[in-house]
Formats: sequence, structure tokens, C-alpha cells
Amino acid sequence: MSDPVGPHPGGGDAVRPHAMTEHIVSPKIYVAVFAILLLMTGTTTAVSFVDLGPWSTVVALGIAAFKATLVVLFFMHIKYSRPLMRIVIFGGLFWLAIMLLITLSDFMTRGWLPVFQRFEP
Amino acid sequence: MAEPRPLSREEYAASRLQHHFVSMEQQRDASTLAMWVFLVTEILFFGGFFLTYTVYRWQDPVGFAHASQNMDIVLGTVNTAVLIISSLTMAMAVHSAATGRRKPLLAYLSATILLGFAFLGIKAVEYTDHIHHHLFPGPGFRFPGPDKPAAEMFFSLYFGMTGLHALHMIIGIGIVGTLLVMAYRGRFTPEYHSPIEVSGLYWHFVDIVWIFLFPLLYLIGRHLK
Repeated sequence: MSDPVGPHPGGGDAVRPHAMTEHIVSPKIYVAVFAILLLMTGTTTAVSFVDLGPWSTVVALGIAAFKATLVVLFFMHIKYSRPLMRIVIFGGLFWLAIMLLITLSDFMTRGWLPVFQRFEP
Repeated sequence: MAEPRPLSREEYAASRLQHHFVSMEQQRDASTLAMWVFLVTEILFFGGFFLTYTVYRWQDPVGFAHASQNMDIVLGTVNTAVLIISSLTMAMAVHSAATGRRKPLLAYLSATILLGFAFLGIKAVEYTDHIHHHLFPGPGFRFPGPDKPAAEMFFSLYFGMTGLHALHMIIGIGIVGTLLVMAYRGRFTPEYHSPIEVSGLYWHFVDIVWIFLFPLLYLIGRHLK
């Protein structure tokens, strides 16, 4: 935290409306990110007509993840934010990964062991 | 009795500082952090839907791909673009507020609302089309061939996921509408505009959800045609 905390909350040093460290992102950056996002949308639609086999889903999700990363970094200002916000996002994605990976490790391995099949209806 | 003197910008900003914060900066950081924590719960909320989608698509990928061919790819792509444009206007609204320009702020917030309605309008056209073609899950669901069970599951997930997303859009439009009224009344200054900043985070998050929904719902069956 770069915020020098005042001597006491509500103390004389408390009201400092000009203590601004907010990074104001330039509109040029917004427009550039916007252009890349539109380009990527066109790309993912165009690529979907090509048969890449199982790679179709990988490419589509890869482009989606790239677009989402751009939105988070620039539109949502994470590139310019404190580490605290990044830790929160990382935590959220980590819990999402736990939910997806552990659940899918069950569903995608059913039938590998014959013993489980007697539980099938 | 003398007329009350209008507050200066500094005094107004100071008046927006809640007593339990040390500075405007700390107050703004707390708001941003709280919105991110909320968005983490939203990631897991939508994550449950994406997990369900993955499990059922894993069971019948070809059935899902055939069902997905009933999506209108033109409307889907246009709607993706509409949302991306709305994210740009929202980002520009945050920029206008941070630089203290009221008229552009009002314009960008209005544009964001209009684009939100445009998205919902296109979505309504799609929903009407699906229902017209008996693709709404339930007793009236019709789908030719052996893919019917997978297709019905696909459309259950489609209506569930896009419906939850549309609900977030409706709430987002309400939030941005409230911001528009507040901005019209001159409630925001470069020192105090956290409501616009954190509402922007929400709006961009809803955009990100669509960025993932679009390929998973619209694009998975294209190459089989």
C-alpha cells in the first residue's frame, strides 16, 4: 500500500481529497484494445468454419481467454492496479479451477475401472 | 440569513468521504476490492453453468454440435460486437468521469445503455426464433434424428446460460441508468467517481461472460456443416 495512513482515522490528516494515485488510462489504449477485441471476434467466427478436429474447441477457448485477458488488464484496469486486486482474481480463478478439474476428473474417468459399472442403472 | 455557499470541488469530495476511511484513496480502493470480491463469486456462479455444459457436452459432443447449428451465427457475432462496443463506451465513461468531463460522461453512459438494450433486443429476436422452431426445452421440444436428448440438454443450457447473462445485462442497464441520473445531477468529480468505476467493472465482467458463451454456444458445430 502506497497510502500513508494518517495519524488517526478522522484525525486532521484524514481528509486529503487530492491524494490521488489513480491511473487514468488513455482513450488511445481503450480504442486499440477495442480494435483487437473486434478483430479477435471476427477471427474466432471465421476459424469456427474450419475443421480443426478437437483443436476447434481449444482455439475457440484460447481466443476467448485472450479477449478476456485484454478486457481485465485494460478495461478493468488490472494492469495498473494494486497487487491486492490481482490476488483476489487469482484466488477466484484458482477456486474455479478446483471446481472444474476435480469434478471433471470424476466424470471423464468413469468407465475406466470396470468395478464402477455395477453402479450404473 | 445568508445564502449557503456552494461547495467547492475539494469540499464536495471531502464530503463524500465516509468517516471510517482515512482518505478518498483508501475509500476508492475498498470499493474496487469489494467489487472484485463480488465478481469472484460471480465467476463461480457462472462457473457452475460452464461446468455443467462441459459434463453434458463430454457425454455427446456430436449431439451438442448438431444442436448448435441451429444458432444464428450472424446475430451471435453482431451481438458480441455490440457488447464489445458497449464495453468501450463504458470504459470511456469511466475516463470522462476521472477527467471531470460531464457531457461526454452523460453521452457515454447513454450509449452504454442503448447498446445494452440493442443486445437484449437481438437476444429477444433469437429467443423468438428458437421458440418458433420448437427448440424450447419441454413437452413441445422437437428435434429430428437421434440427437434429440443431447439437443434438448444443449438448449436447456443455452436458455439457462444466456438467460442468466441477460438478467445480468438487465441489472447492468439499471445500474448504468442510475449512474446517468447521478451524473446528470453532477454527483461525480475526478476526486469522487467510484460508483462509475466499480459499475464499469461489473459491466466488463458481463461482457467477459459473453466472450466465453459465444464460442461455446454458437461456434461448436460450424465446421460440420
